[in-house]
Amino acid sequence: MIAEARGAVEQALAAGASDAEAYASEDRGREVRAHGGEVESLTAATKRGLGIRAWVGTRAGYAYGTDLSDAGIRALGARAAEMAQVADEDEFAGPPVPVRLMDPGGSKGAPELSDPSVVAWSTAQIAELALAVERAALAGDERVAGVEQAVYADSAETVAVVSSTGIEGEYERSSCHAYVQALAEGEDGRETGFGFGLGRGPKALDPAAIGREGAERAAAMIGAGKPGSRTCPVVLDPTVAASFVAIVGRGLGAGAVQRGRSPFAGRVGDSIGGGVLAVHDDGLDPAGPGSAPFDGEGIPQRRTPLLEGGTLRGYLYDTYTARRDRVASTGNGGRSGYRSQPSVSFSNLIVAPGDLAFEGLLREAGDGVLVTDVAGLHSGVNPVSGVFSVGATGRAIRGGELAEPLREFTIASDLVSMLGAVVACGDSPRWVPFGGSVSTPPLLVGEMTIAGS
Amino acid sequence: MSGKGLIEPEVAERVLARALSHGGDFAEVFAERTEGMTMAIDESRVESVQAGSGEGAGVRVVSGGTTYFAHVDGLDPAELERAASEAAAALRSGSVAPRALEAVATTPHSIERPPSGVPARDKASLLRQLDQRGRAAGPEIAQFMASYAEVRREVTVANSDGLLAGDDRTRVRIGAQAVARRDGSVETGAETLGGHRGFELFEGNPGEIAESAARKALVLLDAGPAPAGSMPVVVGGGFGGVLFHEMTGHGLEADHVQKGASVYADRLGDQLAQPLLTAYDDGRMPNEWGSDAIDDEGTPTQKTILIEEGRLASFLYDRLTARRDGAEPTGNGRRESFRHLPVPRMTNTYIAPGEVDPQAMIADVDRGFYAASFGGGQVDPATGDFVFGVSEGYLIEGGKVTRPCRGATLIGNCVEALAAIDAVGDDFEMKTGVCGKAGQKVPVGTGQGHVRIRAMTVGGTEL
Repeated sequence: MIAEARGAVEQALAAGASDAEAYASEDRGREVRAHGGEVESLTAATKRGLGIRAWVGTRAGYAYGTDLSDAGIRALGARAAEMAQVADEDEFAGPPVPVRLMDPGGSKGAPELSDPSVVAWSTAQIAELALAVERAALAGDERVAGVEQAVYADSAETVAVVSSTGIEGEYERSSCHAYVQALAEGEDGRETGFGFGLGRGPKALDPAAIGREGAERAAAMIGAGKPGSRTCPVVLDPTVAASFVAIVGRGLGAGAVQRGRSPFAGRVGDSIGGGVLAVHDDGLDPAGPGSAPFDGEGIPQRRTPLLEGGTLRGYLYDTYTARRDRVASTGNGGRSGYRSQPSVSFSNLIVAPGDLAFEGLLREAGDGVLVTDVAGLHSGVNPVSGVFSVGATGRAIRGGELAEPLREFTIASDLVSMLGAVVACGDSPRWVPFGGSVSTPPLLVGEMTIAGS
Repeated sequence: MSGKGLIEPEVAERVLARALSHGGDFAEVFAERTEGMTMAIDESRVESVQAGSGEGAGVRVVSGGTTYFAHVDGLDPAELERAASEAAAALRSGSVAPRALEAVATTPHSIERPPSGVPARDKASLLRQLDQRGRAAGPEIAQFMASYAEVRREVTVANSDGLLAGDDRTRVRIGAQAVARRDGSVETGAETLGGHRGFELFEGNPGEIAESAARKALVLLDAGPAPAGSMPVVVGGGFGGVLFHEMTGHGLEADHVQKGASVYADRLGDQLAQPLLTAYDDGRMPNEWGSDAIDDEGTPTQKTILIEEGRLASFLYDRLTARRDGAEPTGNGRRESFRHLPVPRMTNTYIAPGEVDPQAMIADVDRGFYAASFGGGQVDPATGDFVFGVSEGYLIEGGKVTRPCRGATLIGNCVEALAAIDAVGDDFEMKTGVCGKAGQKVPVGTGQGHVRIRAMTVGGTEL
């Protein structure tokens, strides 16, 4: 893709841009959906596209498209320059400047991002994997009455970034995931349970474990009732903790901070993590789904500490926000594809594990609630103020042990108070890919308000 | 058919024949061309000015219970045939001949001022106007952002049953978000305006959404904590309709129903709500945000009664689920793009106006909650558990709306909550939304007047 990206930069400059940058990607992907022992759908596709950022002085514009012929790229270059004329001047706008890749990733080196099994496994093999996930869910618990769907999906992508300031890079990366939504039948209705797994190739997935997780989660919810409204200790399982950590991670992006839209603005150096929390971003973690040698602007990804011993150490930066704060980009100019311009986003947000096993966390909680799923995050969290109230399901914790299942309640607090109230971290972290790549153990929050009956 | 199709009928016939070359019960080619522009204003600066375009096609073959799907960028006939071969690759039977194509006439929603013909600086001016109006609402407005988006989406669909149809869809939408600050407290307010329309949508008073967003943020500066517990809830008109969308609409989508993953399966004809409740899905509403002339399988959109005086009247179907139930498709087979398979989706879903004056509805409540506006919602159709984030909420005390509340969520179960609706207002408003399902986002309209639910759990922090 690098040839197309080079051509795009030339075309934007020819159309009058003072600087330009092109991001080109090609993605081969497959998806299998299984239901009732049969393949419900099988998708195979290639996606190619290119986006150009053009600067005319301190005005920036963007254009993207899928026509990568010479004429198509010429039109895109002209369109990007035209869009720049519409924007207002911004003294901090400008192209990223190359950072020498002297020692990518420090002593670790750049991680291996491609697994050959993504390409090598046949359609029949990946279909069998999805069917195996469904079978495992059905066999996982006798109360499982069906599976809404079992899905396998993979992708092998090539990404290239080229800029008029001398940035030029290309990498390949593969990924895959599988998930299942199991249905368990109780006396008073159906319950659902979600199980998932991810890796760089299908070889890394364990269909039996994915199916079993869905089955166990669904069956565990049978007979669930509403808890009484109260304030109590709350244990967040890793999937739930990851959802909140991802929201915190977005609030630690310098873009939100600089524009007064983050509850963490002006808090660097403050103790906000209850003394036990350590969080960092690592764009080169070998296991991280968000790992890559460089970000969407061609800047090398790296490790950036965010919270250490509960103290806020800093924010994440892309080129624009770094220039505004007179610091260096942390390699967090993320993109969700060729259709999006770079903006600050975390790569792999990692919460350091503590030393308490899951049972230890429950004992520490004493009497409280384990939250295993949350709903309504996109509407129930105010990312500017940090105030949230979201729907939850889970289990009661009584005398330090798991008790009856609970549903139809909310947990409410604000992000800063919640981080401050984290009193212990579990010892077993897990990668969770929803809403950004996060690795976190279960977390014990000392106090949160729950609303139920 | 609207103007010239994106692919020649002869090409479509060749692609369909190729798709069925190894057997199959049904084949379809869906071609699409999109052209769009977005921009934003933030810190009173116009930025993120962006133009995008794309074209491509998806080919599917259905054989028994399995769908084989492939899609390609671009509309080159050779590439379309290659996609058809790829979709058919896993099939092993003899070839089946598709029926000859017959073009169906469709009438796209009329667009007076195509946004592509409006100079970009006029769109930037619109954003500056919103910015001024929003900031003028008061010195406590600390931040204001607004966005503009336009997209034209031309589609052509042809299938092996002989259908050939097309649509030409233009949508525009603006959004405003305000942040208000006083001492240590920070509050936000948001508002949108959109339609299946051209730039004429902004000829009225578009600045009103900026004022509305600012007003919501300012009101919340005086807010106290939201109550926690079960109480009567009055839901506001317009985007309050997301309540019915989540609570009932999703559970009526036939794919959930057929997998036993809906609380409404086997409930057709049952009295699920009081007779005062009637609700529709209507993809034909002129120039409404969720409207189209045809769905993404070529079926004309229609008005479907979902709840008729409290009785469950119909599910929402695409072609495949309709065939499975021996029903007619309801024009709800929608897809985000040529890269996605169609699934049953809502269009514009609303509760029909009732007879109660909204003021009287509130006056009847001794202690309750008024959810004037939502940020969004989510449902698990299989269990019926739902949740809504309240973006503007108030306490109701002694029959009067009193102080504003921050950070409230409504939570409940569909079947119970639907039965608990005990008043429907005589007012009515439609709002725009973007609905996500199976990884696909589509524009949907939601609407209603004020609606009261006898008891619902409000999830705040004040016990």
